[in-house]
Amino acid sequence: MARAAIPGGLKVRRAWRPAQLVERRPETESASTLVFEIPGWPGHLAGQHVDVRLTAPDGYQAARSYSLAAPTDGDRIAITVQRVADGEVSSYLADEARSGDVVEVRGPVGGWFVWKPEDRGPVLLVAGGSGIVPLMAMIRSRNGASPTPFRLIYSVRTPEDRIYDHELRRRATQDGGLEVTFLYTRTVPDGETRSVGRITAEDLIAYGWPADVKPTCYVCGPTAFVETVSDLLVGLGHDPAMIKTERFGPSGP
Amino acid sequence: MDIFTRGFRGRGRDSSGQLPPGQYLTNDFPVLSAGPTPRIPLDAWEFTITTELDESHQWSWAELMALPAESVTVDVHCVTRWSKLNTVWRGVSLDTLLDDVDTEADFALMHSYGGYSTNLPLEDLLDGHAWVAYEYDGEELAPEHGGPARLLVPHLYFWKSAKWVRGIELMLQDSPGFWEQLGYHDYGDPWREQRYQGD
Repeated sequence: MARAAIPGGLKVRRAWRPAQLVERRPETESASTLVFEIPGWPGHLAGQHVDVRLTAPDGYQAARSYSLAAPTDGDRIAITVQRVADGEVSSYLADEARSGDVVEVRGPVGGWFVWKPEDRGPVLLVAGGSGIVPLMAMIRSRNGASPTPFRLIYSVRTPEDRIYDHELRRRATQDGGLEVTFLYTRTVPDGETRSVGRITAEDLIAYGWPADVKPTCYVCGPTAFVETVSDLLVGLGHDPAMIKTERFGPSGP
Repeated sequence: MDIFTRGFRGRGRDSSGQLPPGQYLTNDFPVLSAGPTPRIPLDAWEFTITTELDESHQWSWAELMALPAESVTVDVHCVTRWSKLNTVWRGVSLDTLLDDVDTEADFALMHSYGGYSTNLPLEDLLDGHAWVAYEYDGEELAPEHGGPARLLVPHLYFWKSAKWVRGIELMLQDSPGFWEQLGYHDYGDPWREQRYQGD
């Protein structure tokens, strides 16, 4: 397996850096995007994540990993945080952090679940819930940088749970070669022809790529979702080596 | 320089001393894998130890089951920062598997069904520190957790406990495995917080 080219040397990537929150925007009722400014940020690849560390007045520290939501933008990085019950870092970031607050960040981390504009061949992205975040970084990196066709299948509970809803709809009409399909497991919006239900092999056949075009498949979401989708893809004839997975467990980051 | 985070108090202080630095406690058993879960029929399952002289020792599933098994209760620590305490496993000690193997090797590269690999010093697999485990919590090990059998090396971060294990390549020189090539630490001691290369 080839070593992925990760920008920045080791020393650069393992240093904790002060990161100032400069912008936050709500994405859904429970998810927010936070933009941090980190002087000297070494850059990153779509699909990589960072460690975010918080320090309490008594010196107690807690750190968690978050996928980067957007491509490199100078000294700015964006993460999207889904509030989880009992998540001491995610609760702070989702509810408490304000513009001007400073946390610490190190990274980027991870060289496997990444997509680079020079990668050839069609891409299938399959997201469950907040698993859309690293896949959105890939979609945002692709526009204008690669003609490689992307198909995104994004499973959510209800229309209100769609993260990046407006941007995904806009990109589906404006970014050439990007197809976006939403699946709903509990409530469908008006006019939707597919009924509610968890993702099936038929969905992957209808909205994904046939195995014989050999797409690279990125699957991200809760464990049960990722297990289901990757099993279905293998069953449809996709090469297991072309299926990259990342799981957000209930007690994950 | 300490940077304090305005408004952050934190909840998870560990007063027991059971959690390595930077870890938090979970009662779930999260799953982390790089790709699909391989399904290996037991009648096709094999475990092979290959030495630096290319001599191999092989066990079928039935032969593994015939070896003396141990039950162990251990804490496991994932590099993604969750720790799970007092987990109960059953399997065969690597001491048993390595007993009759002639080798001068200092390093081991574990190989798994599905292509995963991870490297460790051989001594970390010996002296009651590592097992090929096939039961978790009294049940057969589920495929998403590495069944039919996984390596269990609980004193290192849990990615070293390779799922779907199929063999050990003994080597005179260290050679990085899957995550180690992607920037994770070659040794991975949770108590020294060796998460990434250079830690």
